[in-house]
Amino acid sequence: MTTAIKDQVTERVTSALVEFGEEPENVKPDSRFEELDIDSLDLVELAQVIEDEYGIEVTDADMDKIKTVQDVADFVSQRQS
Amino acid sequence: MSRRVAITGVGAVTPLGVGAAALNERWAAGDSGISDGLGRCADFEPTDHLSRRVARRTDRFTQLALVAAGEAIGQAGLDEASYDRAEVGCVMGTGIGGISTIEAEHAALREGRGKVSPHCVPQMMANSAAGALAIEHELRGQCFGTVSACAAGANAIGAAARMVAHGDASACVAGGSEAAITELAMAAFAEMGATSESGISRPFDRRRDGFVMGEGAGAMVLEDADTAESRGARILGYLTGYGSTADAHHMTAPEPSGEGAARAIAKALGDAEIAPGDLAYVNAHGTSTPLNDRSETEALKAALGEEAMRIPISSTKSAIGHLLGAAGAVEAVATLGALRAQVAPPTLNLEEPDEDLDLDYVPGEAKPLPLNGHPPIGISNSFGFGGHNVVLCIEAAA
Repeated sequence: MTTAIKDQVTERVTSALVEFGEEPENVKPDSRFEELDIDSLDLVELAQVIEDEYGIEVTDADMDKIKTVQDVADFVSQRQS
Repeated sequence: MSRRVAITGVGAVTPLGVGAAALNERWAAGDSGISDGLGRCADFEPTDHLSRRVARRTDRFTQLALVAAGEAIGQAGLDEASYDRAEVGCVMGTGIGGISTIEAEHAALREGRGKVSPHCVPQMMANSAAGALAIEHELRGQCFGTVSACAAGANAIGAAARMVAHGDASACVAGGSEAAITELAMAAFAEMGATSESGISRPFDRRRDGFVMGEGAGAMVLEDADTAESRGARILGYLTGYGSTADAHHMTAPEPSGEGAARAIAKALGDAEIAPGDLAYVNAHGTSTPLNDRSETEALKAALGEEAMRIPISSTKSAIGHLLGAAGAVEAVATLGALRAQVAPPTLNLEEPDEDLDLDYVPGEAKPLPLNGHPPIGISNSFGFGGHNVVLCIEAAA
């Protein structure tokens, strides 16, 4: 169950980053946002995606801890469990 | 002006197509870019020219500016030029700014999403075209937007010319852009009676009934002429004069005698150190509104005297509509195009002359410029709500 959620979140976050303009081949689960062409405004938009799609409130403090695609998947799965 | 200011690149995105050549050649041929009463840049697809990342983070007015200025920068070879980038400026005018972003985000907020995109502010602010251009081309000198409604693009070029002439910058990218064919903007201009009910742009015609809304962008690269020459840039022309005045009369109606506009024309000629007899062409503001075309005619007569009857005067807006904050820049590009081709493009749809509007408005078909032994010189008039009058004087390179 948890793995299924994490996979789904990983897929959704990857598609969001690609939509933001990142090249698909650059986005891996352990890619750090700071290594990608993703800035602070993109991260706010990513937080909005998480809030809208998973019904979770995401604070600035939460986002400060989220550094990779995998971190987002872990965060969502933890909040949903 | 102290240092001579060379024009080394031009660019435009207009309802006649993407590129300054489309504007110049199609207008001279008498083509119109207006369709269904609007001057849309129908050929313009942002991702044909910009990365997906840039396209999704910018308002349409910034996208148009990036492409028009990109063309000018490319022609000038500015990206490759060995300038200290801290000495290269960027000034971009707009009438309104990111109004499609404002309207869409406001609608999203009201429709219950309860929040807007984090990109809302950087997309809607009126200086975002200037900022985006600076980032894209590493222009680290003076960078700002000009806000003077339909004179904004001309004020931008004038300010940039001063910057270069004064030595505050070695080179400066300057222009204007507008993308305001939106629900709110169209309703607002229509409600005040500014836009045409017939949907026909026919400046100086007896039947004119308002302007046709257009969108687009125009840009130029201005450089210190000596430096441009020594770096081997191809000089297209010179920005030789700038005049800028205010009517201080009414927020939207021009002062009927055209006194403020006439002063701007006289200032531009004085700045260029030329007389009316030196002019081969006038690119009119020529909006197709009842008030502008009459007061502009009065202003030309007051400033140019008898020469006003001799000089061909035409309106780019007859072919593309009114590009608001982009108009002054696009028309500066068109003016240089006309001077270089030595042809006055026509005022389209001008069939029935109006009483007292008796200058040579070049109705219907292009005509050769009157030449007098030196490279052709022309002026481009731009006037804006708020009472702004801006005139640029441009000379073609020999």
